[in-house]
Amino acid sequence: METYSLLRSFADSWMLLVLTLFFVGVVFWAWRPGSRRAHEDAANAIFRHERKPAGDDWESASEEARK
Amino acid sequence: MLDYVKLVALGVIALLAAIAANYARDLAYMVNAVTIMLVAGGLFLWQVRRLGDDVRPAPALQSEYMDGVVRYGVVATAFWGVVGFLVAVFIAFQLAFPALNFDWAHGYLNFGRLRPLHTSAVIFAFGGNALIATSFYVVQRTSAARLWGGNLAWFVFWGYNLFIVLAASGYLLGATQSKEYAEPEWYVDLWLTVVWVAYLAVFLGTIIKRKEPHIYVANWFYLAFIVTVAMLHIFNNLSIPVSIFGSKSVQLFSGVQDAMVQWWYGHNAVGFFLTAGFLGMMYYFVPKQAERPVYSYKLSIVHFWALIFLYIWAGPHHLHYTALPDWAATLGMVFSIMLWMPSWGGMINGLMTLSGAWDKLRTDPIIRMMVVSIGFYGMSTFEGPMMSIRAVNSLSHYTDWTIGHVHSGALGWNGMITFGALYFLTPKLWNKERLYSLTLVSWHFWLATIGIVLYASAMWVSGIMEGLMWREVDANGFLVNAFADTVAAKFPMNVVRGIGGVLYLTGALIMCYNMWKTVTSAPERVTRATAVPAE
Repeated sequence: METYSLLRSFADSWMLLVLTLFFVGVVFWAWRPGSRRAHEDAANAIFRHERKPAGDDWESASEEARK
Repeated sequence: MLDYVKLVALGVIALLAAIAANYARDLAYMVNAVTIMLVAGGLFLWQVRRLGDDVRPAPALQSEYMDGVVRYGVVATAFWGVVGFLVAVFIAFQLAFPALNFDWAHGYLNFGRLRPLHTSAVIFAFGGNALIATSFYVVQRTSAARLWGGNLAWFVFWGYNLFIVLAASGYLLGATQSKEYAEPEWYVDLWLTVVWVAYLAVFLGTIIKRKEPHIYVANWFYLAFIVTVAMLHIFNNLSIPVSIFGSKSVQLFSGVQDAMVQWWYGHNAVGFFLTAGFLGMMYYFVPKQAERPVYSYKLSIVHFWALIFLYIWAGPHHLHYTALPDWAATLGMVFSIMLWMPSWGGMINGLMTLSGAWDKLRTDPIIRMMVVSIGFYGMSTFEGPMMSIRAVNSLSHYTDWTIGHVHSGALGWNGMITFGALYFLTPKLWNKERLYSLTLVSWHFWLATIGIVLYASAMWVSGIMEGLMWREVDANGFLVNAFADTVAAKFPMNVVRGIGGVLYLTGALIMCYNMWKTVTSAPERVTRATAVPAE
């Protein structure tokens, strides 16, 4: 089989399947149970450290919660 | 030691550039070589003068953000914006009044030479500087870390602006590889590649050393923009120079492959430069200005993955009814239509961030600008997929409708969100309490909005008219209109378009005045001595 046909059949079979599954996986991952707290923490990251970088001893709320 | 290495390198570069200028086979190449020689020579002298100084810069202040380069980026964005809009207005009137293609400037200032100067100035100079500046600002704040790589960020800023100067002067003198939005010739492309790798290193380095556990969604968009543009740039610019001392090069791909690579690049320049990158801006500046977190963080994650998974396939819709196989064009069309979903998801996410704070629309012209910008994002991402449908494309392709579509996206979405970000950043970066004048922001807002409306509606009318006139046949199957008939018929629309541009430019000039006054005479931000951040 020449390269074109080989790549073509690979692209519209296995690669398509892998990419689709990856995408579906991302959606499920976003809605996984317990993601709400992590997402809230991330969404609020823009309101922390407006003026200065975090010091070495700083921990985010979600890291603290994990302990 | 490093200083001496730099000195030698700069000296060698200046020397090689001088040699190249001497052997130059064309004017554009010679002028570019002289520019490089002057820049390298100037840096050489600057380096020599600093050699004696023993004052080492304080070991990188890790306890502070690196904002100097962002300040320069903000100024460069405003400057290039005005330059790009000015050229835009001029070429818009050149189309309405061909006499403006002056005889004495033929071959330099006619429409064909100025048009790539305009597109590159607004997309790459205005948009690119805005993206670099805001990405440096946002990645530091959301990573709670100073920019990685020390002065590498300065190299990115100056290197990128040198790229713009080389490209722009080359266009006027005729150096172009004739690829839309990728006109710069081979050596300018190589330079941009070097700068871009440095940009990626600074951005990624900062993310890697972040203190926040999460990579905030804006950074995902910025990173996608940087990585994808690198890939697009390299593949679309695979070319072999005819001579090492000349600007002319020959593309590696030919025929329909070349066309496909060009529009794979071209559409993803829209998708990743003008969309993903600016969505990074949206996901930071809109929530900041509204003072509430993004409406749905989950939606923003799905928005990101859906957008990058679909955009990369949409390019072939630029090549309907060409030598490109039908299946490829159909693929591009189908993916373009699917793009409706993530685009509108993202628009809803941006707009709904204001839920519960809609009253700010009345009091805050900056929020108003951002909301209009997101509205235009929604409008042009609705229009785009529609125009990618083969039947619609047969009417819209090659007409002014395309130009109108591009500008409702570029002026509305990219321009307005950038203005919003500049208004947000200016007081923050120069440590001011507030902007100099919100009234002037309102003026800018209305001038720009009315300008866009004039522009877009004129181009819709003109484009659909052109499309209909071109396909009109009489009873015997002969075409009714000559091409020149459409040119004559769209004269009024061309004038209206130019006027829209004048309004938009005036708004940008008002913004520059406002920024200048903010830096020079707005009250300083007072830090209350007792206030301790709650972190």
